[in-house]
Amino acid sequence: MLAQQLLNGILSGAVYALFALGFTLMFGVLGVINLTYGFYFSTGAFIALYATHYLHMPIWAALPFAAAVTGLIAIVIDELLLGPLRRAKAPELSSLMVTLGATLLLYSLMTAWFTTDIRRFPPAVFDGGAFEIAGLRITLSQILIVATTALIVGALALLLQKTRLGLAVRALAENPDAAQLMGVNAGGIVRLVSFISGALGGAAGVLIGLNYNAIQPYMGEAMMLKGFAVIIVGGLGDIRGAVIAGLVLGLLESVTAGYIASSMKDAVGFLLLVLTLWFRPVGLFGRVAAKRA
Amino acid sequence: MMPHWLDNFLFTYQSLVYSLGVNALLALAMYVVLAVGQLALGQAAFMGVGAYASALLTVKLGAPFPIALLASMAAPALLAFVIGAPTLRLSGVYLAIATIGLGEVLRILYLNWDFAGGALGLNGIPEKAGFVWIFGTLIVALVAFVFVSRSRIGRAMEAIRADEAAAGVMGVNLPAYKLAALVASAAIAGLAGAFNAHVSSFIGPNDYGFDQAVTILSFALLGGVGSPFGPVLGALVLTALPEVLRPLHDYRLVIDGLIIVCVVIFLPTGILPWRIGRIGARK
Amino acid sequence: MSATLLSVEDLTVRFGGLTALSGVTFCVAKGAVHGLIGPNGAGKTTAFNLISGMTAQTSGSVTLEGAKLDGLPTWKRTARGMARTFQNIRMFREMTALENVMAGAHLRTPESFGSILFRLGSFRAAERSAVANAMDILDFVGLSEQAERRGGDLAYGDQRRLEIARALASDPKLLMLDEPAAGMNPSEKIGLIDLIARLRARGLTLLLVEHDMHFVMKLCDRITVLNFGAKIAEGAPAEVRANPTVIEAYLGAKVARSLETRA
Repeated sequence: MLAQQLLNGILSGAVYALFALGFTLMFGVLGVINLTYGFYFSTGAFIALYATHYLHMPIWAALPFAAAVTGLIAIVIDELLLGPLRRAKAPELSSLMVTLGATLLLYSLMTAWFTTDIRRFPPAVFDGGAFEIAGLRITLSQILIVATTALIVGALALLLQKTRLGLAVRALAENPDAAQLMGVNAGGIVRLVSFISGALGGAAGVLIGLNYNAIQPYMGEAMMLKGFAVIIVGGLGDIRGAVIAGLVLGLLESVTAGYIASSMKDAVGFLLLVLTLWFRPVGLFGRVAAKRA
Repeated sequence: MMPHWLDNFLFTYQSLVYSLGVNALLALAMYVVLAVGQLALGQAAFMGVGAYASALLTVKLGAPFPIALLASMAAPALLAFVIGAPTLRLSGVYLAIATIGLGEVLRILYLNWDFAGGALGLNGIPEKAGFVWIFGTLIVALVAFVFVSRSRIGRAMEAIRADEAAAGVMGVNLPAYKLAALVASAAIAGLAGAFNAHVSSFIGPNDYGFDQAVTILSFALLGGVGSPFGPVLGALVLTALPEVLRPLHDYRLVIDGLIIVCVVIFLPTGILPWRIGRIGARK
Repeated sequence: MSATLLSVEDLTVRFGGLTALSGVTFCVAKGAVHGLIGPNGAGKTTAFNLISGMTAQTSGSVTLEGAKLDGLPTWKRTARGMARTFQNIRMFREMTALENVMAGAHLRTPESFGSILFRLGSFRAAERSAVANAMDILDFVGLSEQAERRGGDLAYGDQRRLEIARALASDPKLLMLDEPAAGMNPSEKIGLIDLIARLRARGLTLLLVEHDMHFVMKLCDRITVLNFGAKIAEGAPAEVRANPTVIEAYLGAKVARSLETRA
């Protein structure tokens, strides 16, 4: 029983980590919280749904396809909404408000288009097969989730730590002015980071859509609650923190569902968030100093 | 007591008139935080706490209406303190994040709280709030806002909004001001929630979510935050417009979202750019 | 030698790997005009930010009138009697000049919340005297004609003077001016020199960062020289001017700069 709970916790934790990774990366590099991020989650799931449904793509092709298209959409949204504000050097508050307004706009357009009905992947996408290992039940989609997450996290870590491009991204996050003086192409990096984070959000949407086999426009909004908790607990802009906090949240939720009440599961993240704000606002590792008022 | 024509008018357009007042109060709740340069999205959540607190008192415990109103202000104010005290020492994104999260988590709690009706919400709330309560409160609140604007506190608030660090150097206790603004905002939103519950007689767990939070922001931004009259005007326009132009009604949320995006990028001072003076008395 | 008002001891701050200020120590005597100079990037504004509490130091301490200020936020330091202006003017742009100065008098305007809400006599009296006091200060810096204009609409030199007026409104013991003459034309500078002389005559202690050497030498009693975040010299203007390390720091910087532009 406990082992199964922990396994389920790690699975959902992996997706939380994947989702929060793009969110925190965007904040770390671009310096803004883009609240439209939850919309990328829904978008990714819907694109994968249509790709499998109408283009008859297998899921291993639909997943990267949906991630890439979502990444492109993220570039456009960033350019339209935050581009003008960046150029005008508008305050943080403006970017929060714009992305918030846009979130409502995008969700309501999406709802007008797709309605709030729950949609499902065509049965051929995955046969819902499951294994029994040492008494633990694992489905194929769960294996896909963990493998994809591990792959993406590893690739992102390599990109950031080992490549010149990653160095440029980190330099821009550390000190935008100095990085530009050193010849970092800020516009290009902004688009790259938008793309990566959009793709991560989209991929997380596809995976969760697969796991629960339920897709509807507002699924991203519910996910944002987890995303907020993970990036605050992990430390704003902290990539390692996001991965670990994601797993921790998944495990705690799973334990709460198993031993307290399954209905309280979704409140765990917020509780962690408030506790972090009270007792350790810099997050788990405290690398990113919380700004002093 | 009331002139006959007003009585007739109220009878016909009762629910619209009530929502004009309630939304104007909510816009003021948003204004008080924006006036110190913060973005808190908790107004809908605080409204919900006020609504539930007051309705539980009147429906389940048969408490007198004024007591319920006090509770509708105290409960969200306390919650605002718990969320705001640690958050307001940090940069503004923390407050925005924590307050959006608050709305979501409260929805989950209401849904699972059987005493408060769970998913069905609360029914049969006595219709004790009316025109006089709602608009009397609105006028009192507006006058209070104008008085506070034209004083040392109003100057400090505008200074924080203009340049937080410089305001601190002028001696303004930044966390105290921001926290006071958030607590005041929560109390006003809670009161608005109580009024709303006690005119519509029904409340449900899904009435105070993200959509409602962003809609309240659109009131304040459309009107502009140069004076407390801006947000009230914004609330009146955005509440009345979909009623007058029926086809707009279905796209209400799309319009609210679009307004926020366009106003922030193209019209930062809103449709009422007049700025209230900050001096209370001269020779 | 007269009593010390401000003392800075071993002040150090590091941002990431960069040490912006390392072990800087100096004292400002009561009633003095103390200059803080050095080439670009020497850490002058950083020192100001640490003293006023806008940035937290890594180590070292700041003492005003014998009381340590370490860990206090800006507003508490203002209450203890320090005020400052900013190198890149930070006006409350939408507020009028008069409102700006009144905002500066935040801690000196005794208005309780109740008196504001009920428009009590005590509120009206406090407000009237705040206006009168702010007008006096505007008059003192020569801006009384501009009292009702938006702060952001004033001419550049006037904005600098309005910042000084706003800082004065808190009735400080120590007034810190960050490059007050920057961007001023020669006649505005002469006016500023006169203003600083009058401030000093009022018994104020001044600490100023300034680029204009002529201006600094003329005004200051004592000068601390920083280079690359460390103190390299201190003394009376004549001593500092003759100090070979200081000359080298300035000349070196100039030579390096001229080489850079040629390359």
